[in-house]
Order: sequence, then C-alpha cells, then structure tokens
Amino acid sequence: MDWLNLVVFPVIRIVVLFVVLLTGFAYLTLLERKLLGRFQVRYGPNRAGKFGLMQPLADAVKALFKEEIIPNHVDKPIYVIAPALALVPALLIWAVIPIASGMPAVADVSIGFLWILAIAGVEGYGIILAGWSSNNNYSLLGALRSSAQMVSYELPMGMFLVSILILAGDFSLVNLVDNARPWWEWIWLWLAFPFFFICILAETNRSPFDLPETENELVAGFQTEYGGMKFALFMMAEYTNMITTSAIMATLFFGGWRGPFAEEIVWLGPIYLLAKIFILLCLFIWVRASVSRPRYDQLMTFCWQFLLPLSIGYMVISALLAVFLK
Amino acid sequence: MPELPPLPTISQLVFTGFALFTCASALGVVLARNLFHGALALVATLFGVAGLYVMLEAEFLAVSQVLVYVGAIATLITFAIMLTRSMMYGKTSPLNRQWGKTGLFAVMIFLALYGFVGSIPWADSAPAVLADESMIAALGVEFVTNYVVAFEVMGLLLLVALVGAVMLARDNN
Amino acid sequence: MVPLTGYLLVGAFLFSAGLYGALARKNAIAVLMSIELMLNAANINLVAFWRYGDTPADLTGQVFAVLIIALAAAEAAVGLALIISVYRERKTVDLDELDLLAG
Repeated sequence: MDWLNLVVFPVIRIVVLFVVLLTGFAYLTLLERKLLGRFQVRYGPNRAGKFGLMQPLADAVKALFKEEIIPNHVDKPIYVIAPALALVPALLIWAVIPIASGMPAVADVSIGFLWILAIAGVEGYGIILAGWSSNNNYSLLGALRSSAQMVSYELPMGMFLVSILILAGDFSLVNLVDNARPWWEWIWLWLAFPFFFICILAETNRSPFDLPETENELVAGFQTEYGGMKFALFMMAEYTNMITTSAIMATLFFGGWRGPFAEEIVWLGPIYLLAKIFILLCLFIWVRASVSRPRYDQLMTFCWQFLLPLSIGYMVISALLAVFLK
Repeated sequence: MPELPPLPTISQLVFTGFALFTCASALGVVLARNLFHGALALVATLFGVAGLYVMLEAEFLAVSQVLVYVGAIATLITFAIMLTRSMMYGKTSPLNRQWGKTGLFAVMIFLALYGFVGSIPWADSAPAVLADESMIAALGVEFVTNYVVAFEVMGLLLLVALVGAVMLARDNN
Repeated sequence: MVPLTGYLLVGAFLFSAGLYGALARKNAIAVLMSIELMLNAANINLVAFWRYGDTPADLTGQVFAVLIIALAAAEAAVGLALIISVYRERKTVDLDELDLLAG
C-alpha cells in the first residue's frame, strides 16, 4: 500500500535519525571534552558515571532546569525562534545522505547536491537572527561577522561541490556513492579535501574560525544574551552541524557507506559511515586543540584571495578531466 | 437537487496553503514597520515561491531560488539592514507622503489583473513533463545552445555587478 | 490539478504588493525588497505559463526564470552597495531626505 511507503516508513526513518543524531550530539560534547583534556594532558570529565559517561545527561538536566530568562530589550518573537532556526538546517541536510547501498536516509531527491548547497545557504539565519534580536552590540557584531564569514566561505565550498558534481555527472548523492569511481578521481578528490575541510570549519563557525563568538573580544558573540535551554539549543546546532558536515565529507570524499563487504551485508553500510564520521569528528577536535584563531581580516583575505581562486581553478581542471578522461 | 462542487484534491489544498502563506508574507514585507521583520517576511515569501515552483514541477528552480534568493540575496539584505541600523526602529512613519494614493493604485492594479486573469479561460490541466534528472540536463543544454548569448551576457553582467559593487562599497579612506 | 488562474493570481498579488512597497516606503532597503517581490511575481508567471503551455518539453520559461534570478542577484549586489555608500556619506537611507538635486 502507498501509505506505508509514503508516510509510515519515512516517519520511522526520520524519528530514528533524530534519536541517533541527538544522542550523537550529546556524546560528541563528551568526546570533545575528553579529547581536549587528553590533548592538554589532563583527564577531562570523569566524575558522572563510569569514565564520565553520564556527563551529557547531567548537562542536559542542568540546562533544562535553569530559569528561562528573556531580557527586556530583545525582539521577543525573533529572539525565541532563532535557536530553533539554527538547529533545523543541520537536521534537514541528512535527508539526502545515503546510509547504505542504494538507500538514502530519508528520500532520494534527484537534486541532492543542490539540496546541500541550498540548506548551507540557509544555515546562517539562526545566528543572524539571534545577533540582531538580542539588541546588543556584542551580539550584533558576532552576527555580522558570522554572516560575512558564511557567505564568503560558501563560495569556495560551492565551487568544490560543483567540481565533485562535474566529475560525478549526477545530481543524486545516492548514485554518487553507488557508482564506482576510477583511481585518479579519488586522488584528485583527496587533493581538494584539506581546502574543503577549511571551508567547512568556517561554515560551522568552529575553532579556529569561531570569530562570531570570540570570548576575549565579543563576550560570547551572537549568543551573549542566551541562557538555559536556548543556549543549549545553540550548542546542539553547532555540534549537530559538525556531525552533518562530517557525514557530507564522508559521502563526498571517502565513499560514504562503502567498505569491505558493505554491498553484500547491508547493515554494515551505516556502521562504516558512522566510523568515517567519527574519524572526521576527531579531526575537528584535533584542529580545535592545536590551531590558534586568525584575525578577522586574515580570515577574509585567505578566503577571497587564496581559497576562491584556487577553487575556481580546481573546478576548471575538474571539468577538463571529466571531458578528457571519462 | 443542485450538484455540490467537487471536494478539493490534496494538491489544491497544498497549493492554497502555499499561496496564502506567500501572499501573507508578501504583505508583511511591505507593511512591517520594523525593517528587519520585513526582511524576515521576505525570506518567508521567497520560501513560499519556492514551494510554488515545486508544485509546478520545477524542482531545479525551487532549489536555485532557495540557494540564490534566500541564501545570498536575503542574507545581503539583512546584512545591509544591520550596517545601516540607525534607522532600526522607525520613530517616524516608514511610509512617504504618497502612500495613500499608491495604495489605492496598487489595489486597482490588482483588481484589474484579477478581472483580466479571471476572464480568460486558461487551461485547467497541463501536459506531462520530463523527469527531473533529464530536465536539469535539458536545461543545461538549452543554456549552451539556444540561449548561449543570453547566458554569456548574464555572466558578463554578473562580473560587472561584482566589480561595481566592490568599487561602490569600498571605503575610500 | 490546480488551475493556472491560481498561480497567476498569486503572481498578480505579489506584483501589486511589491508595487505598493516600492512606491510608498521611505527606506531604500525596503524599496529594494519590494522590487525583489515584483521580480518573483514575474518569475511565478513565467514558470506557470511554461508548465501549463502546450510544449513543456521546450524549457524557455525555466530558462527565463533562471536568468531573472541571476539578474536579481546582480541587482541586489549593486543596489545594496549603492545604499551602503550613500549611508556612509549622508548617514541616512531615507529616500525623502536624499534630495540634493531638488533645487
């Protein structure tokens, strides 16, 4: 019956996806604190439960029971809706990511690539709205920085995505992973990965590009006026974004669910994908622990004068490769 | 016994939803006293229009709409609003002297268009279209064959706009 | 199936609202936003006529719509740059106060 395929299965998939993602978010915060602790030669949280495994739960309880304060000078409806808007895009992108052989997470849209680009464009709104509605100079400066940074880094990111798209010759992410790629294409892709990763760092406002929330100049940037559960939602948005972008990178550059025997045994696919995401997440944290923050003008100059020309050149060469070698 | 009008189909219901949403937020854009709220209403309108494109089976356009309009143009607009924020909450009216006449004029234009559109018996159904995948390819082919001149001119225009915008907005000090 | 009239009416409404905003608002950015509304109205009409026309295999309507979206991007970039440079000079984006040429 159509009802099963059109309504019931997608809803079940969406619920499972949300549960996995939100649990992932909770334990990602723990992983980050643990790893950062190790990088700095200390233990990290280890009091709540065995190895500190109950720490996310304790954090959640604390955030939930804090008093919900809405300052008097804020633009109330926008102030309240901003944290939610920051979280939604990170969840939406998951719809098109393939999790096993021929199976997308929710729906195989024929325009998967464009979907990623479009949702990435919407991602900045949560932060912009938060910064504006807080009606506070620190918040506004944080929001201005973040919107400029995201719009700028979207350009090279889009160029790299288009290059991959040209090589794949197909808008669907499911087909991208299903179709076999020649060896030179993998090498050519991996050449672009470091630069793509830099764009992703800037897009997710992660350290070292966390200038929208630099604590030593802007208090806490766009989230200065937020507390309690609303602040937790921003945290959730940031970490879910990390997971989502890692999934995108794993799919585009490292073959997504692919791995030994993944085509014969379907349930291995999600496990390989999760493993790849885990490694990329560790990369995020490693970068945070070891790279210091650039100045804002350095960040912009790097994007416009180095990354953008480079990505355009990469796209031209990709097109030539696709024409002559495929 | 008079025959009852047929029940609306699902696509008609969805269309009505999108249409009302789009029109209401478009009103918000032009009526909002707070400019930033107007910009947000613009974002909502653009999403509504993207939804209409999906209903018209132009998925590629819908995503381009979100990508270019919502992702770039509306972000630029909010950016400009933040940079010129001394006007943030208008102490004076956001409307100029001619708003009354203009409002009347706009209402008349809408009524005229309404009468005109309503008086012509348009087609109620549409022929089938290509599947998305081949449609995007066909669109690309159109751009490099029949419309190659327009495409190149558009590229040139974007380049000129880019250079012009940088020159204009540059701080000469 | 939704009749073509529905789409045309939405387009007409967006156009009228945009027209009102473009002529009646004082703030230059608000005028720019209203113009975007009018461009969107034109786009809805183009796509709707493409879809309900006799030959949807011929993608002219969509081609035009894509061109208009690109045009809108160029227009917004230049328009906002102009507004920002005017704001720097005059500390206002109120169109009623930008009257240097009105003798």
